[in-house]
Amino acid sequence: MSDIPSFTGNVPSPARSFWRRTDGVLITLLVAAVLLWFVPAGMGRYGTYVLSLWLVTAIAVMGLNLTLGLAGLKSLAQAAFMGIGAYATALLTTKGGMGWLPAFAISGLLTFAVGLVLGFPALRVKAHYLAFVTLAFSTLIWLVLRNEQWLTGGVFGLSNIPRPTLFGMKLDGHLAFHRFVVVVTLILALALWWLIRSPWGRAFLALRENPVRAASLGINIRNYTLLAFAIGSAYAGFAGALYAPLVEFIDPSPFALSASFFLLLMVVAGGSGYQLGPFIGALLGVVLPEYLRVTGGLYLILFAAIVVALLIACPQGIMGLLERGWTAIRRRPAGRNLPVKESAL
Amino acid sequence: MAEFIAYLIAGLATGAIYALAAIGFTLVWQTSQTINFAQGEFVMLPAILILALVKLAGAPFWLAAVLGVALFIALFGWGFKITIVDPMIRHGVLPLAIATMALAIIMKEGAKDGFSAEAQSFPSLLPAQTLSFMGISISLQHIAIIVVACVAIGGLQWFVTRTRTGRQMQAAAQNPGVALILGIPVARMVMLTFLINAGLAALASVLISPIYLAKFSNGEVIGLFAFIAAIVGGFNQVRGALAGGLIVGVIDSLAAAYVSTSYRLAVPLVLLVIIILVKPEGLFGRKEERRV
Repeated sequence: MSDIPSFTGNVPSPARSFWRRTDGVLITLLVAAVLLWFVPAGMGRYGTYVLSLWLVTAIAVMGLNLTLGLAGLKSLAQAAFMGIGAYATALLTTKGGMGWLPAFAISGLLTFAVGLVLGFPALRVKAHYLAFVTLAFSTLIWLVLRNEQWLTGGVFGLSNIPRPTLFGMKLDGHLAFHRFVVVVTLILALALWWLIRSPWGRAFLALRENPVRAASLGINIRNYTLLAFAIGSAYAGFAGALYAPLVEFIDPSPFALSASFFLLLMVVAGGSGYQLGPFIGALLGVVLPEYLRVTGGLYLILFAAIVVALLIACPQGIMGLLERGWTAIRRRPAGRNLPVKESAL
Repeated sequence: MAEFIAYLIAGLATGAIYALAAIGFTLVWQTSQTINFAQGEFVMLPAILILALVKLAGAPFWLAAVLGVALFIALFGWGFKITIVDPMIRHGVLPLAIATMALAIIMKEGAKDGFSAEAQSFPSLLPAQTLSFMGISISLQHIAIIVVACVAIGGLQWFVTRTRTGRQMQAAAQNPGVALILGIPVARMVMLTFLINAGLAALASVLISPIYLAKFSNGEVIGLFAFIAAIVGGFNQVRGALAGGLIVGVIDSLAAAYVSTSYRLAVPLVLLVIIILVKPEGLFGRKEERRV
C-alpha cells in the first residue's frame, strides 16, 4: 500500500517521499486535533475565534490543494465557492429553518455540482482555460451576492446566523463551537487523506506527474481532473458552511476575487501537494496577521512578497523547506562515517 | 438608433483599451509562456504613479506623465522580467502564474496603502466635448481614444510584420531554438515584448483613467475583460486580441444599456463560455497541436 505507484517513474517529486511518510500525516493530524481541542481553554473569546477561523480557512485551502497540488489546475473561484456554501448554509438555517447538518451537506453537494458544471466546458479544451472561467465565475458570484438583495441582503449581508445544535448539544459558546470545528476539520482532513491513498488518489497523482502516460494507462484525464476540481470546490462549500455560523454575519466582501487569489497563495506558501501544507498556509494567511497587527494593511503585501520569494527559492513551499531541512539533518550523521572523498561526492 | 450608435462608439472606445491590454497579454504569453494575472493591475498602476508624482513630488502633469510611464516601463517591463519571470520560468508555467497573482495583490494593496483608497480624477489629454451629428451625440474623447489606440496597434502590427526586429521577435516567439541557431538574440527579443507590454499597459492606463477614474481596484475588471478578449480573439494573434477587445467592449457597453447595469459583467462571461464551448481556439486562432 505504501508502495510508490509505478507510473510516477523515476521523476523525483515531493509527492514521492511524502508517500512514504503518509502515516506521519495521519499521526500529525490526530495529535494536532487533540491539542487543538484543549489549547484554547485559556485563550479567551477572540483567540479561540482566530484558531477556529484558521481551521475553517484550512478546509478551503485543503480543497484547493487537491485541485492545484494534485490535479495541477488553477481555480480562481475557491472563495466564491466558499461564499456559495456560506450563503446556502446561512439561508437554509435562518429562512429555511433547517438544521446545520443537512445545510452543511447541501452546501457541499451544491458546490460539487456547480464545480462539475463549471469545470466541464473549460476542461474539455485546455487546463488553463479553467483559470479564466473560474475568474469570470468569481466575479459573477460576487455580483449575485451584491445585487440580489431579496435573497442575500446585498452589501448589508445576512446576520443572526445560528450556531448549530447537534444531538441535543447546543454549540453556542466559543469554546464548544471551536471544538466542533476541530472535529469537522479532522473528519474532512481524514477523508482527504483516505481519498489520496485510494486508487482514485493515485490516479490524481499519476495525472499530475505525467498526464500523457496516465492517459495511456487508461485513466480518463478529463473525468479525473473534473472530479478533482469538483471535490476541491465541495471542500470550499464545507468551509463556507462552517464559516457562516462561526462569524454569525456574512457579506459579499470575503468572497471576492482577491480572496480567491489569497487562498491560492496559501496553498503555495504551505506547500502545494503536501497534505499538511494547507494548515501551514492558512496559519501564515490567517493567524500570523493577527499577531502582526502593527504592520496594518501592509501584511497582505508582505504575505504576497513572501510567497513570491518562496516560489523563487523553493516552489514546494514551507513543507518543501521543512522536508529539505529534514533530509539534510538525516544525511549528516551518515556522511560522517564515510571516507572524506566519498562524502564529497 | 442614435442612442445605439452612441453606445456602440463608447463600447468601441473601451474595447480599444481592452485590446491594448489583451495584445500585451498575448505577446508576453507567446514569447515566454507567462500568463500574467496582474495584467489588469498593469493597466491600473501607471495612472496612480502619475498622480502620485503630481501630488507627492509636485511635478507638473506633463512631466509626471512622462516620468511615470518611464518608471512604470522600467519597473514592470524590465524589472518584472528580471526579478519574477527569469528566476521562475524554470519551475514551469504554474508557479509563474501564481507569482503574477501575488504580484497583482502587491500592486493593488500597494496602490491602496501607498497612495489612496479613493477613486481619483485623472486629467484627460484628449478633448472632452461632445459633437452632435445628425441627432447623434458623440463624445470626442471616445473618438480620440479609438484613434490613438488604433494608431498604436497599427504601429505595433507594422513593427512586428514589416521591420527586421519585429520579424526576429516573431521568430523568437514561434520557435526559440531555431531562432537562436539563426543568430537572433532571443533573450533580447523576449525582453522587448515585456517592454512593449508595459508600454501598451501604460497607454491603456492613460486613456481609460479619465473615464473610469484612477482607483486601486480597477485592475480586476480591466484584467477580466483583457483575458476574455484574448481568449475570444484566439490567444495567439495580435489581430485576434484586437478584435476580441473590440467585441468585448461593444458587448459590455450594449449590455449595460439594454440588459442590466448591475449584471453587465455577466454578459462577457456568457460570451466566454460560448466561445470555449463552440470555438475553443478563438475566433481568429489556429488550432494548436498537442505537444507531448
